[in-house]
Amino acid sequence: MKEVDLVVIGGGPAGMAAAVKAKEKGVQDVLILERENSLGGILNQCIHNGFGLHYFGEELTGLEYAARFIDKVHRMNIPYCLETMVLNIGSDKTVTAVNSTEGVFTIKAKSIILAMGCRERTRGALNIPGTRPSGIYTAGTAQKYVNIYGYMPGKSVVILGSGDIGLIMARRLTLEGAEVKMVCELLPYSSGLTRNIVQCLDDYNIPLKLNHTVVAVHGKERLEGVTVAEVDQNRKPIPETAEFVPCDTLLLSVGLIPENELSRDAGIELDPVTSGPVVDARMETSVEGIFACGNVAHVHDLVDNVSNESELAGESAAEYILGINVPDRSETIVVKAGNGIRYTVPQLIRKQSLSRDTVKIFFRVADVYRNVRLAARCGNNILVERKRIKVTPGEMETLELKSQDLREINAGEELVIELRTDGEGH
Amino acid sequence: MYDVVVVGAGVTGAFIARELSKYRLSILVIDKESDVAMGTSKANSAIVHAGYDAVPGTLKALLNIRGNKMMKRISEELDVSFKMTGSLVVCFSKDGIFELEELKIRGFKNGVEDLEIIGADRLREMEPNISPNAVVALYAPSAGIICPYELTLHAMENAVENGAELKLECELSGISYDREVFRLETTKGVIECRYLVNAAGLYSDTVAEMAGDHSFRINPRKGEYVLLDKIYGSFVNRVIFQLPTDKGKGVLVTPTVDGNLLVGPNAEDIDDKTDTSTTSRGLSEVINVARLSVPSLDTRGIITSFAGLRATGSTGDFIIGPSPVNNKLIHAAGIESPGLTAAPAIGEMVADVLKKNGLKLEDKPDYCPYIEKYTPSRKMSESQWNEAVKKDPAHGRIVCRCEKITEADIVASIRRTIGARNVDAVKRRTRAGMGRCQGGFCSPRVVEILSKELGIPFEEVTKSGGKSVFLLKKTK
Ligand SMILES: Cc1cc2nc3c(=O)[nH]c(=O)nc-3n(C[C@H](O)[C@H](O)[C@H](O)COP(=O)(O)OP(=O)(O)OC[C@H]3O[C@@H](n4cnc5c(N)ncnc54)[C@H](O)[C@@H]3O)c2cc1C
Ligand SMILES: Cc1cc2nc3c(=O)[nH]c(=O)nc-3n(C[C@H](O)[C@H](O)[C@H](O)COP(=O)(O)OP(=O)(O)OC[C@H]3O[C@@H](n4cnc5c(N)ncnc54)[C@H](O)[C@@H]3O)c2cc1C
Repeated sequence: MKEVDLVVIGGGPAGMAAAVKAKEKGVQDVLILERENSLGGILNQCIHNGFGLHYFGEELTGLEYAARFIDKVHRMNIPYCLETMVLNIGSDKTVTAVNSTEGVFTIKAKSIILAMGCRERTRGALNIPGTRPSGIYTAGTAQKYVNIYGYMPGKSVVILGSGDIGLIMARRLTLEGAEVKMVCELLPYSSGLTRNIVQCLDDYNIPLKLNHTVVAVHGKERLEGVTVAEVDQNRKPIPETAEFVPCDTLLLSVGLIPENELSRDAGIELDPVTSGPVVDARMETSVEGIFACGNVAHVHDLVDNVSNESELAGESAAEYILGINVPDRSETIVVKAGNGIRYTVPQLIRKQSLSRDTVKIFFRVADVYRNVRLAARCGNNILVERKRIKVTPGEMETLELKSQDLREINAGEELVIELRTDGEGH
Repeated sequence: MYDVVVVGAGVTGAFIARELSKYRLSILVIDKESDVAMGTSKANSAIVHAGYDAVPGTLKALLNIRGNKMMKRISEELDVSFKMTGSLVVCFSKDGIFELEELKIRGFKNGVEDLEIIGADRLREMEPNISPNAVVALYAPSAGIICPYELTLHAMENAVENGAELKLECELSGISYDREVFRLETTKGVIECRYLVNAAGLYSDTVAEMAGDHSFRINPRKGEYVLLDKIYGSFVNRVIFQLPTDKGKGVLVTPTVDGNLLVGPNAEDIDDKTDTSTTSRGLSEVINVARLSVPSLDTRGIITSFAGLRATGSTGDFIIGPSPVNNKLIHAAGIESPGLTAAPAIGEMVADVLKKNGLKLEDKPDYCPYIEKYTPSRKMSESQWNEAVKKDPAHGRIVCRCEKITEADIVASIRRTIGARNVDAVKRRTRAGMGRCQGGFCSPRVVEILSKELGIPFEEVTKSGGKSVFLLKKTK
């Protein structure tokens, strides 16, 4: 069996950043396995701008952003296999994969980084009733048809869900000559970035219908229309508001699900809220030596955050392989999503791993809130607090904590991330 | 001129054709759809029923039992996924035991001899996720699960390999009979034959009427289902029925042969024989009723939903036999449940009816009951898979990630005896697109492979025939 120090699964921005960092930190033997025919992951189909403002300090397209990392991978001579699908990971850190040159093969790794990204939620997951014609696509699939294959999926379009991919596709299809009739969003707010709503919908007069959903699909062969209805506070459709909207295409931009089938089979503990592995502040999963980063850990809206998080994972894997700063796994602080918070990453902090000056906690709020404070609290002690005029679930939030403060917390205690409003004490 | 034309390439028509292909006959099967198994045979519960349910003495009872007994051999001959899981009829009140006893006696009369009534402890041991309210159950070890479209496709392919012909997208619209010859008007021209078999499912009354036979009617009754991700596939180990009550027949929860979990169906009489749409009412009914059996059913696992239409005949039983107006027109109509189970037995019976009505059945010595086995890459051992990749690198290129279907599998599905012509047909043959992402990742690649293999442009590749195209035109 072939032996490799570090196997990185997935050659998207997460996998590349992690691999590059691990090599910089001294791991000689790194291998990236990627199932597509090029590195770059989902960025390969993102020909729009809006990547890299934070990480590179300039605005790039997805392709350009990916190209910078692909360059780094090449310059550092990191080997990678393309069109290579990982079939299985063992908890003993074996990786089984298949491709068309080597067939099925198994690699024994010292450490593994999971960077498999995510997939889109489908119509089935939403359980939208009606017929089953052609013309219903997830937004990412439609993006692939348009940007990679150069084909238009349809000419009159309704988009369900105001996630970023849906917003970007509304603009793209309009520019290609299709009529985008509306974007329906079940919630009272969009889960997409504000700048995308302005640049992709408002600028093209595409209506964003908040509190609306698609309640039925019509058409036997090709889609002929959808029924759209307003929903009440409990997100239940109001029958009197139902309206038939003729269209030949329905795009679904209703969320992404981290791809963790491999992780599950390897016995890695998953967080039911993020659908990603439970990780510590070094991005290590419940299985020692297996790390996770990028969209496989939790869905990111900015690739810049993905790169940062993945560098951390790469560095941690390097330390693990080289035997530096490997923490005692027993002493942990639990990070808890408190009032108004949907989830946090990491979900726990290992006390012995506080070798860096600070620890960043990423999280999403559960609803849209105004004039609030985001806080990290242990018992009655507030470690950090930040005022925010508006927070939305669509934009990931972070709090940076000083390691020196965290060291004060006893193992087993909870670090609560929460939303505080001004009425409250303290 | 054909000896026999069979109308309908569902599971009934397929097994009739296969049975007839044992003899020196010229046989043609026609279907209006673009693939076999596009009617009821693709959307049902996929259960091989044990046979305790049907009223003793009916054709349903007789052919169910016979079909059940044949299924193991058939599944081997035709390389069809089949598992004899057993089934349970669970009951939520102690009094129900009397009705279970009745079912057991009925089963015994029908010839199902191994039925057993089991108590709560044994039930929970067999099915840990069963509701605490389930107190007693009828256990039928001989029930099983099967892949219905694979069964239909492989039976039809076997018939074709033994000389039968198949014409798809060929809709029958009129029948005339003169001097012992049927003249069939179809969308593919006039076809002549000496015997006509009506296996047109929901439309078998329409076909009968074309020949002036108004002796029965078929009414559609819809059943809706939800299908759950493979991680829920071992949520139950057997087919779990509920004892019917005055509130309804209950819904079943079952693993599928591919390892998913299937939940449904409800039952609703409708008017439109083409209406296989799902409804929010139907889907929530199915989920709520299923939770009586398995309260912890997790709806987040749902990956798709669908509906099938039962072809409910006005006589209450299967209608198999010569038409009262013409004994050369043989009906295999009203084939509602347990039609899938009974199909091989229906095939035999129809051959027998044809013989009694004058068709000469002369054995064909070169008849072969087996179809050529195709092993998909993912089911190969590591060394077989490596060999396969060496011979054809396409075995190493995974197209459908969720189900691990390779390019070689997809190409093979297009090149087989009854080859796939559209994306859904590839899906039914290979499972590409049947997984948790429902084709999100792989459908662009499948479209590409179909376009290349069939030599047609992207814009002509359809989801399921007709106007169901994926892509309209090239971008600017
Ligand atoms: C349409 C869209 C628009 C976006 N717009 C913006 C934007 O404007 N600005 C911005 O900053 N961010 C944007 N993002 C977010 C950002 O691009 C993503 O968060 C980022 O690409 C995630 O990186 P990743 O490496 O985790 O995942 P991915 O890019 O999905 O990479 C995962 C890789 O793993 C591979 N893989 C998975 N499983 C296996 C396996 N079993 N074997 C081998 N390989 C495997 C996959 O093929 C893939 O290449 C957008 C995202 C999308 C989808
Ligand atoms: C909800 C539901 C659950 C079921 N569960 C089970 C089960 O668990 N176990 C079981 O044993 N059975 C079950 N059944 C029953 C089983 O599915 C059917 O009995 C069986 O599939 C019927 O097959 P068929 O070939 O008769 O009909 P179909 O599969 O409907 O085939 C008829 C064919 O005729 C073609 N046709 C019709 N008119 C014309 C025309 N004019 N010209 C050309 N072609 C025409 C149609 O296109 C169609 O392909 C279930 C049925 C339903 C609806």
